Amino acid sequence: MKVKVISRSVDEFTRERSQDLQRVFRNYDPGLRPQEKAVEYVRALNAVKLDKIFARPFIGALDGHIDAISCMAKNPSQLKGIFSGSMDGDIRLWDLASRQTVCQFPGHQGAVRGLAASTDGRILVSCGTDACIRLWNVPITSLMESDDSTKSTVEPASVYVWKNAFWGVDHQWDGELFATVGAQVDIWNHNRSQPINSFEWGTDTVISVRFNPGEPNLLATSASDRSINLYDLRMASPVRKMIMMTKTNSICWNPMEPINFTAANEDGNCYSYDTRKLDEAKCVHKDHVSAVMDIDYSPTGREFVTGSYDRTVRLFQYNGGHSKEIYHTKRMQRVFCVKFSGDGSYVISGSDDTNLRIWKAKASEQLGVILPRERKKHDYHEAVKKRYKHLPEVNRITRHRHLPRPIFKASALMRVMADAKRRKEDKRKAHSAPGSITTQPLRRRRIIKEVE
Amino acid sequence: MGKNEENDALTKNKPSTEKDILSELELKMKKYLRGESANLEGLKDKKLKGQLAIKEQLYGKSAQAAAKAEKWLMPSEGGYLEAEGLEKTWRIKQETIAQEVDISSSRKQYDIILPELGPYTLDFTSSGRYMAVGGRKGHLGIVDMINLSLIRELQVRETVRDVVFLHNELFFAAAQKKYSYIYNREGTELHCLKEHGPVLRLQFLKNHFLLATLNKFGQLRYQDVTMGSMAGSFKTGLGRTDVMQVNPFNGVVSLGHSGGTVTMWKPTSSAPLVKMLCHQGPVSALAFHSNGHLMATAGKDKKVKLWDLRKFEVLQTLPGHANTLDFSQKGLLACGNGSLVQVLRDVSGTQNYSRYMTHSMVKGYQVGKLIFRPYEDVLGIGHSTGWSSILIPGAGEPNFDSWVANPFETSKQRREKEIRALLDKLPPETIMLDPSKIGTVKPKREKPTKEEKEAEIEAAVEAAKGMKLKNKTKGRNKSGKRVQKKQDAVTRVKRPYLEQKIQEEENLSRKKQKTSEGVELPKSLQRFARKKPSS
Repeated sequence: MKVKVISRSVDEFTRERSQDLQRVFRNYDPGLRPQEKAVEYVRALNAVKLDKIFARPFIGALDGHIDAISCMAKNPSQLKGIFSGSMDGDIRLWDLASRQTVCQFPGHQGAVRGLAASTDGRILVSCGTDACIRLWNVPITSLMESDDSTKSTVEPASVYVWKNAFWGVDHQWDGELFATVGAQVDIWNHNRSQPINSFEWGTDTVISVRFNPGEPNLLATSASDRSINLYDLRMASPVRKMIMMTKTNSICWNPMEPINFTAANEDGNCYSYDTRKLDEAKCVHKDHVSAVMDIDYSPTGREFVTGSYDRTVRLFQYNGGHSKEIYHTKRMQRVFCVKFSGDGSYVISGSDDTNLRIWKAKASEQLGVILPRERKKHDYHEAVKKRYKHLPEVNRITRHRHLPRPIFKASALMRVMADAKRRKEDKRKAHSAPGSITTQPLRRRRIIKEVE
Repeated sequence: MGKNEENDALTKNKPSTEKDILSELELKMKKYLRGESANLEGLKDKKLKGQLAIKEQLYGKSAQAAAKAEKWLMPSEGGYLEAEGLEKTWRIKQETIAQEVDISSSRKQYDIILPELGPYTLDFTSSGRYMAVGGRKGHLGIVDMINLSLIRELQVRETVRDVVFLHNELFFAAAQKKYSYIYNREGTELHCLKEHGPVLRLQFLKNHFLLATLNKFGQLRYQDVTMGSMAGSFKTGLGRTDVMQVNPFNGVVSLGHSGGTVTMWKPTSSAPLVKMLCHQGPVSALAFHSNGHLMATAGKDKKVKLWDLRKFEVLQTLPGHANTLDFSQKGLLACGNGSLVQVLRDVSGTQNYSRYMTHSMVKGYQVGKLIFRPYEDVLGIGHSTGWSSILIPGAGEPNFDSWVANPFETSKQRREKEIRALLDKLPPETIMLDPSKIGTVKPKREKPTKEEKEAEIEAAVEAAKGMKLKNKTKGRNKSGKRVQKKQDAVTRVKRPYLEQKIQEEENLSRKKQKTSEGVELPKSLQRFARKKPSS
């Protein structure tokens, strides 16, 4: 007879001294854990609910300007620096970490309309309605200075006066050219008081400009004649023009796929385009109930932030039709400019109420140093959430957002209007000769024509 | 030369051992893969196909990691009992086993004789560390099984019918004469569960924190022990019974009734999920294998049956009475009857149970409750004169998981686990016959094809033809009448199918008419079209 029975001595399975760690034994046999899937589902549900509880995206407001913020610029060489210009002509450099003004530039006579920093972060270009371009040397901040409460002021490095009021400026990536827009598109050099090149297409004012991050000679502008233009600095004339039904307020290139750009439109939608195929939008991003004023891509290229006249900031997936996040506070007024921080983890918005606001890019993200065990737990939660995201309860909780009453009402109204329109179209189609009425998808519908 | 030969032998041996290791790993991986991988052949969406393929790869990797961990990191091996020569395992006595095993194991064999307060019923915590005992005459106690010390005992001075531990050893519930009560480890009465009435059997659903009770009037009640709310209360309508068992695989509560039926219940439906006739006489005991596919029932018709719960079919019928049944973690089945305890084993892995061990108690003892101690090779026996414990090698899972059930749990770990268990508490809706259905897509019901329909009609006609007619009184039993009756039955069976067919045809023709008209006239003018004289 051979016999063996399970026999465990207490010493082998418990720690020897009280300073030791508790001994842990694992057995991954699925038979020991009945109803795994139900447990995972409950965990996914709990994770989603926890996300809701921890969703505190607002970090702080940067107070200092005495008029509405009109434009902002990131400092490409520094993570925590951001420039802001206001309607009274004031320009400030902020330190995001300490939420303080590092430097106050004397600025312009009228409103500051455009701000751009060179890629090395040394020079700031500003332009305004006073038809002036000012170049500033950006003070190199050290820890000592940022602690110092006395703000240093600087003089502009150079001032170029031009004929018309400016609407925007953008600096070339990895070059020393910058473009200003207003009555026409002008290309400037740092060292010359005259534009080295000028483009004009139509008579209307150009309102925004963005250089392509991949191809430094390519730039996109939008004008108040509802057009979006593409220019190549190596050519004498503009490359392409596309006219939409409503004006585009701002444009941003996708930094990871620089052939694509997204346009923030006056009709409350954003349209993502492929430069090679301008007859159809790649994606229409709906949700804002009023004009979208500004747009900025995350450095990852997977999401972008928009600021709107409806007093909200929204975050979209680069290919998502609806926003995944909405940020609003009672005190925030019309949002005129938004920026993603250089590391993609914060969003900065500037609004009519003279404040800059810092938000988290992921509303429920835990800030600060995360222990490895916490990190593991977060990863597990992400995994179960991803696995069960299609289940109705999980989906409902993740999608739900509390909206301010005016926006809730406006979006309901817009939905009603869209439904009525669709119904009418359907009926018209049904009562007409077959084939006589064709409907175009929304991706094409808002485009009037494309000119080459 | 000798060295060379050795080298040759080594090179020959090496690949075979590697192969062995690989095949062994593959065998072990099977358990962790949790079923076959999805068939991606028919998928047209390339993106989805790629994503799913990556997922399948991940599952494979994790299964492999788990199999490797099992192979190298698990400290203990399972127990066994092997006969040599002419010996038979079922002739080996407990005394001989006690002589062969180590001292600490042989100490697990004992008889506690308390003739005044019996018969006794037992329950273990999920880690097998603590045991609750309940004597019929009001004796309740909690025993720490590692150092065999009595933690607390109390005398409630009324009939105790059942005891059960709640989620940990701090709380236990006892079904007493009029009401059932929840006590804590110190013996303080915490709650009196008046709503449940005079309860005969108690069961605790660990994942759901539900206490299921079955009372004298055949009512099944579920109470959430965290919030105290009643999760369900149902009348079985099948009379008084005290046979009740939870299926640990899916949380479905099964009851065995005096009519020979077994019903399965969940807290969210007032009708049983399953009602199966298992025995000719009353059902006397029920047990579930932890894999959820196997159920053992015993009836007063002197039969013990093993059922496949996927098909609800009998796998095996064994002769013999059993008052109580229990499956161990490794799948041994213990049957108790009178003073005899028999343990059956599935030798070949084909669910063909045969005798493994027997143990006869002192004559006159009546075995009332058999329960295997989790993670140990021990069978607890509650009988009319106390309780006993015997060694059954190969019964328990040799390796415990510290985060699932830890016999050596400290109080801090217990507290942490309690919180975790509460966070993972499952809602009662997750109790269903197949718990792996959660998170899957409901399959689309396809329309039956023409052949299937025809086959269905044919089967129904055959059934009608094969129907046996009752013998009627004189004059009504003529062969002519019998033939007529059969024909009537056939037409009656055919009728609904024919009606359905006619309906479908009508619908189709109507649709055709519509489309043909639609082509001729625009929709706006259709209302002026002359209507055809319809039948």
